[in-house]
Amino acid sequence: MQIRNVFRRELQGYFNSPVAYIFLVIFLMTTAWFAFDWNQFYEGRQATLEPFFRHMPIFFLFFIPAVAMRLWSEERKSGTIQLLLTLPITTQQAVIGKFLAAWAFLGIALALTFPMIITVFYLGNPDPGVIFSSYLGAFLMAGAYLSIGSLTSAITKNQVVSFVLAAVFCLIILVAGFPMVAGYLEFLPTILTDAIISLGFFQHFESLKKGVLNIGDLFYFISLIALALFANIQVIEAKKAS
Amino acid sequence: MVEVENLVKHYGPIRAVNDISFEVKKGEILGFLGPNGAGKSTTMKMVTCFLTPTSGTARVKGFDIQKNPIQVRQQLGYLPESAPLYDDMTVQAFLIFVAKVRGFSGSDVQKNVDRVYETCQLHKVAHQPIHTLSKGFRQRVCFAQALIHDPEILILDEPTDGLDPNQKKTVRDLIASMKDDKVIIFSTHILEEVDAICTRALIISEGTVKVDGRPDELKKKSSLHGALTIGFQDAPDENLRKNLLNISGVRQADLIDLSKGKGLRLLSDSEAEIAVPVLDYLKDQKIETNEFRVEEGRLDEVFRNITQPKRA
Repeated sequence: MQIRNVFRRELQGYFNSPVAYIFLVIFLMTTAWFAFDWNQFYEGRQATLEPFFRHMPIFFLFFIPAVAMRLWSEERKSGTIQLLLTLPITTQQAVIGKFLAAWAFLGIALALTFPMIITVFYLGNPDPGVIFSSYLGAFLMAGAYLSIGSLTSAITKNQVVSFVLAAVFCLIILVAGFPMVAGYLEFLPTILTDAIISLGFFQHFESLKKGVLNIGDLFYFISLIALALFANIQVIEAKKAS
Repeated sequence: MVEVENLVKHYGPIRAVNDISFEVKKGEILGFLGPNGAGKSTTMKMVTCFLTPTSGTARVKGFDIQKNPIQVRQQLGYLPESAPLYDDMTVQAFLIFVAKVRGFSGSDVQKNVDRVYETCQLHKVAHQPIHTLSKGFRQRVCFAQALIHDPEILILDEPTDGLDPNQKKTVRDLIASMKDDKVIIFSTHILEEVDAICTRALIISEGTVKVDGRPDELKKKSSLHGALTIGFQDAPDENLRKNLLNISGVRQADLIDLSKGKGLRLLSDSEAEIAVPVLDYLKDQKIETNEFRVEEGRLDEVFRNITQPKRA
């Protein structure tokens, strides 16, 4: 109940300010440009959304920390955190409610790319299962980036610092999963390089993008989100005591 | 209703609050006084469970701030310093949010929002985004937020700070109107406010309670308490001054400027009653006066003496 109240206020907050619309426009223009122009969609002669999703892990590095940076920094800077955390709401409820609102906002951004789906279905016969799992992958990855952004936003009241920290953390986790990292780490035992790669975003997103719905990948994203939000709660509690 | 027990808060090496204890009962309006940085806000933030104390604790209607923070917050209405608000929301949307979080549902939500519109006179701005409001209205919206669940205990951090004299009066009247059925703790550095509405004042400085008492008791600590201010038709001469000084109980006699010309201020020895002998003397000598006043004492003087380190 309290989570829902926090969620609704936060989501309303996005759409009450022009920032939400600017974010949506940037998101839609950039992703469309990735899909159609940069990847020479038409020369590929394939009715697929793969190019649309291909650059998302990189694009999200900039886009999602920008969405997340205001989550807690803004509350602390404007002092509204004093209101929020003296209402009968637990820190857990506040963190989860705000996170879910920002995630829902990203979900709306992704949903608004539906003309892409219409286009590829108009042009050919793409596999709907692959499209579904790609979207699911993008949404989960967005949530994982976002949870890290929410955490860094709780650390500092400076939004720029929060943005940079989130982008760097996400980059590290993303890069850890790149296949070439395994090449650099050849000297390590295979079991260790495998572990490092499986801790990164990349492989998990890749397999969802290919249409492979694997419980392990879902579990990976969900547990990463849970871990970051847990840390987020701890940071806020620690700041109360500091 | 509110019991504060040995509260301590350190910010790194700084001791913001250093062992503060007090208790507030129903019907009391407690004025929290102290210079900036004395620990007023920090104490309030601990009682409202925004900050965790380094040691010590507080109880609100029996609920411990560390063990039952949610119950504590349910009992309280809190107006934080400088009235932070969600600027992007309208007044109506914001108050509905607070009402829902406070546990109201259905028609009760709007009913309580309407009630605080009435108390804080917010009808005019109900549908305005908060960032368009003047400072006075912001303060009232934040006040309304604290009243929405009609709490028995109100904690107000500098509720009149930055307001113009009319707005200050409105807020003061609001506080005074609620004194019978609530406990109100409010911080300020405006001493006339304490005089006007508090039933009790707590002066804190450097993180500790220096004085705790009724405003009239505090005034007795002023060196001016019991002093006489006398205005004369004709400027008093040195002879008169010396003669008055000879009356028993008069410790000091100073020439002062009054609105109607020169006058004398007579300070008494502690507790000595000097008004009657001085009046008798003036009558005997047929000296004409146009002003004769017994001073109650001044809070600002008491405040300064307590909160400023003594000059060597």
